[in-house]
Amino acid sequence: MTDNIYISLLIMCLTVYMIRLLPLLFLRKPITNRFIRSFLYYVPYVTLAVMTFPAIVTVTDNVWSGAAALVVGLIVAWVNGDLFVVAISCCATVFLTGFFF
Amino acid sequence: MENSSSINNTGVSGYPSTRKGWVLRGLRDGFPICMGYFAVAFALGIEARRIGLSAFQSFLMSTGMVASAGEFAALMLIESHAGVFEMITTCIIVNLRYFLMSCSLSQKLKSTLPSIHRFGVAYCITDEIFGLSSAVPGYLEPFYSYAITFISVAGWSGGTVMGVLVGNILPAAAVNALSVSLYGMFLAIIIPPAKQNRFIGGLVAVSMAVSWIFSILPLTKGISSGFKVIILTILLAGAAAALKPIEDDNDSEQED
Repeated sequence: MTDNIYISLLIMCLTVYMIRLLPLLFLRKPITNRFIRSFLYYVPYVTLAVMTFPAIVTVTDNVWSGAAALVVGLIVAWVNGDLFVVAISCCATVFLTGFFF
Repeated sequence: MENSSSINNTGVSGYPSTRKGWVLRGLRDGFPICMGYFAVAFALGIEARRIGLSAFQSFLMSTGMVASAGEFAALMLIESHAGVFEMITTCIIVNLRYFLMSCSLSQKLKSTLPSIHRFGVAYCITDEIFGLSSAVPGYLEPFYSYAITFISVAGWSGGTVMGVLVGNILPAAAVNALSVSLYGMFLAIIIPPAKQNRFIGGLVAVSMAVSWIFSILPLTKGISSGFKVIILTILLAGAAAALKPIEDDNDSEQED
């Protein structure tokens, strides 16, 4: 129905922005409920973990490249923890193992 | 990279103590995001071109939405000539995790922070930028998020446009390698706290295991990835909060 691409894009961009804006705008005071505070504290860990696995293994052309990137990423993150170093290590692993698998 | 601590005007515990320091830190931390976004957005651009979007329209979409799964869904909606209601509801469902992230991040902002920064930080909520923004100790300095977002969105929008224009030039091996950089960043965000806190470590392991089970069980594997993230986040973060509520001391940590 909305065949104008610009109008479609505007509607969708505004919707997505509102989703991001409303909590920030209206949750101004610190939440005192301990359960909710704990829940929100754990949100990033669960969200990022769920998004990482198994996606990291399936996103590459070859499952073994992805698995190798996961193992290397876990080790480097454990030892070093630097964002850039971990990301590059994972990329390099996929690039190099790509020659073998 | 070794001398970054001196550039960043490092304060206590290795974090910057000035706004300029946070901006530099954000640009540096945002660089791998920029690269990762470029690769993912490149694929998005190829898809956008396929359904008939121009480079300019793709640029508007990526700059205005900054959402990977969300934009793939948006393209699908445009392609199927969806109505306004379907567009809005699908956008809400696919991007609902940003609502959770925004709730979570609201607790990282000083209550005295001017509204203009709330409008600004809202634009900065993507999986990766949220991950970094919520990982800083104490209150979030908005300019840290702005700096990360600036460089990340450059990669994201640039990647989309490049995907539309020259989708078939970049070697497949390079695109393939770049595709894991986002996940490498996720690991860099969640593993160090998991190393220090056994409960978080267990939570991360359980989350990955359940996510994997969800992706192979016949009943759940049809669930879209955005929706899966919402369901598992509510279930697992809820369970974690019930099992091990955080100490009230965390408040004092945020006060400084």
